[in-house]
Amino acid sequence: MAADHSTTHFERFGLAQSFDVDPDLLDERYRDSQRAMHPDRFVNATDQERRISMQQATLINEAYQTLKDPLQRGRYLLQLAGRSFDDEHHTNSDINFLMEQMELREALGEVRNAADAFAELGVLMDRIADDIARLAGDVQRQFRSGDAASLDLAADSLVKMQFFRKLQHEAMELELALEDELAG
Amino acid sequence: MALLQISEPGESTAPHQHQLAAGIDLGTTNSLVASVRSGVAETLPDLEGRHLLPSVVRYRADGAAVVGHDALTAAIGDPLNTIASVKRLMGRGVEDVKRIGEYLPYEFVPGSSGMPLLHTVAGDVSPVEVSAEILRLLKARAEETLGGELSGVVVTVPAYFDDAQRQATKDAGRLAGLNILRLLNEPTAAAVAYGLDKGSEGVIAIYDLGGGTFDISILRLNKGVFEVMSTAGDTALGGDDVDRLVADWIMQQSGMGSDAGHVDMRRLMQTARTAKEALSTVDSTGIELVRDDNAGWSGELSREQFNALIAPLVDRTLGPCRRALRDAGIRASDVQSVVMVGGSTRVPLVRERVAAFFDAEPMVDIDPDKVVAVGAAIQADILAGNKPDDEMLLLDVIPLSLGIETMGGLTEKIIHRNTTIPTARAQEFTTFKDGQTAMSVHVVQGERELVEDCRSLARFELRDIPPMVAGGARIKVTFQVDADGLLNVTAEEQTQGVTSSIEVKPSYGLSDRAIETMLRESMETAAADRDARRLREEQVDADRVLEALHSALAADGEELLQAAERKAIDAAAKQLDEQRQGNDYRAIKRAIEAVEKASSTYVERRMNSSIRKAMAGHKVDEFNSP
Repeated sequence: MAADHSTTHFERFGLAQSFDVDPDLLDERYRDSQRAMHPDRFVNATDQERRISMQQATLINEAYQTLKDPLQRGRYLLQLAGRSFDDEHHTNSDINFLMEQMELREALGEVRNAADAFAELGVLMDRIADDIARLAGDVQRQFRSGDAASLDLAADSLVKMQFFRKLQHEAMELELALEDELAG
Repeated sequence: MALLQISEPGESTAPHQHQLAAGIDLGTTNSLVASVRSGVAETLPDLEGRHLLPSVVRYRADGAAVVGHDALTAAIGDPLNTIASVKRLMGRGVEDVKRIGEYLPYEFVPGSSGMPLLHTVAGDVSPVEVSAEILRLLKARAEETLGGELSGVVVTVPAYFDDAQRQATKDAGRLAGLNILRLLNEPTAAAVAYGLDKGSEGVIAIYDLGGGTFDISILRLNKGVFEVMSTAGDTALGGDDVDRLVADWIMQQSGMGSDAGHVDMRRLMQTARTAKEALSTVDSTGIELVRDDNAGWSGELSREQFNALIAPLVDRTLGPCRRALRDAGIRASDVQSVVMVGGSTRVPLVRERVAAFFDAEPMVDIDPDKVVAVGAAIQADILAGNKPDDEMLLLDVIPLSLGIETMGGLTEKIIHRNTTIPTARAQEFTTFKDGQTAMSVHVVQGERELVEDCRSLARFELRDIPPMVAGGARIKVTFQVDADGLLNVTAEEQTQGVTSSIEVKPSYGLSDRAIETMLRESMETAAADRDARRLREEQVDADRVLEALHSALAADGEELLQAAERKAIDAAAKQLDEQRQGNDYRAIKRAIEAVEKASSTYVERRMNSSIRKAMAGHKVDEFNSP
């Protein structure tokens, strides 16, 4: 797209470049920006104005999606700091993390056989959510420190978060499938 | 920022002049047009005070199209030339029609661009053209009522419509000579109609069960902004299916076989619909089935039995509800209120199940048939620039993921479902052969892994790639989804900055050139002298009617008609013959209608026997054979 690469997502909303983003303020800035730029405001304008409006509204949406989500926000900050973020490269050597991943994955696979599948799944989903929240806290601290070593740790935490997100997604899909089966 | 200095909404046209704008709900069963007049959004009735226009188009031998109530009345006598529920065919391919079309009595012919055409006496017509006839009539109704030309309209589509279905709808608008300001999702339109932006904040669900489609949308409201969080649905589930279940039940009870003729089938569907509507208010209803061979049947259907029949169908709508909640990242208990849209939400069981699912009393204050058109009218009024200070803003999402085909027939998602639009995503491609100058990209829409399980949208041919070694060229392809939810693709070769040209081949639908040809043709007709044309049309019609009648009477008039019936027909025919000589097209039209009325029973008897004979090997069967 014809991106205006000189403007960061933070600048777009007049926010400081930081992992700490006030969600209410972000929402407000997002709404105000769209009110000004959305194609609905330019339906009677010239072709050129309409094109620009669409490009701007697209960039505003992209910026909002990126900053709203801690995982995407973290990755974006690392990118701005000139660090390439590569999932393959960051293969984790944290044994505890790998063990937990395997354990959770196994447990998810067993859910269908449980006496109360929904209760069992609920416990697992809570656990995954806790893990993600804990990692978000880690990332926040690591970004606040801001030195090179901390940013490496933040990258590590974000890769882990990505794994948990995937698990969370699978758990949700499983819950949906179970509900649909129950409904017949 | 320089952009802020470009004109405010509405200012690029005359700033203080009120623009005539309308909202159009192009429905499966009925369509409506609404407009904001003196600050109030309301649907516009026809001259006889009817707001709902049946989405039915009848084609006559002279090429003329009759739309609405008159077409609906003729549907029983002339089923093959009377097209109903065409919305189900919009943006669909031959393969889809195979699935949907088994219930539709039309004769399909494969079109040139993968799009099926409907065969009628007026020639082969596309679903887009049929829809354009409906839009044309609504446009005329609005312009007559409002006293001027429409500057723009908002046309609604089911939120779950894919790109091809949206494009087909927009094409129909173009063909009808409309300036479409925006395609608006039906659930979002309903939320606007309820004025939920005024004061209220929080999360709402819109449950929209129309004639042929089901949509569920979860919206977040905040300070005049409607933000769609997620949407889900089923574009092949609606009130028509309820009718069909009741019809199946009647067939079972009455012993009517599925080999019954078109006339009987049409009557059966009508009887089923009447029973369904009755059961929204009474606990039990009597059913009278009149059949062509006079073997009538009568029975009784209680609401309890009816509920048992349709419960599985109602429950099928709850799956998408769960999916939408999940995608929005919320629980049913987070939803503050549920807005009911679509005539089918009058069914008590639907209201009960939805209330139980969301644990919220459904909102039904606005007529569920009109609410979408009303919301569209409000949006059209704002978009046309009549309310420059209005804070309302709609942020909608793309309902189904967009992807491209990769090696092995797998889908790679480019833009995920429920992403706020407009949105864009760039993807890099490279050549795999030395000196390669062209490549093909297949774009699909859907959630499944395999390309064959998704909807094929288009194939893009990238040409003019500078010849380089394999892997040397880097082509950046940008997928842009606009505020109408429509996809646009551009490509650029990165290393040398060459803009590759793209040839788009829509999998289903009309090419731009085809639309332009049709537009030009329709403009030419519009320019012609209308009255002269109408007179000529009516005269042709009269000749056709008389000739058909005389030859029919000669063939089996004695056999199928009693003396009194024959006398009435002959009198009407004589009257038409006299009017035919005159210059009053209205009088000819009335005389034709009188003949049609007098001979309707006779025509039905004839059609039923002849259609039954001709049934084998027709309709969709042509596509079913391997």
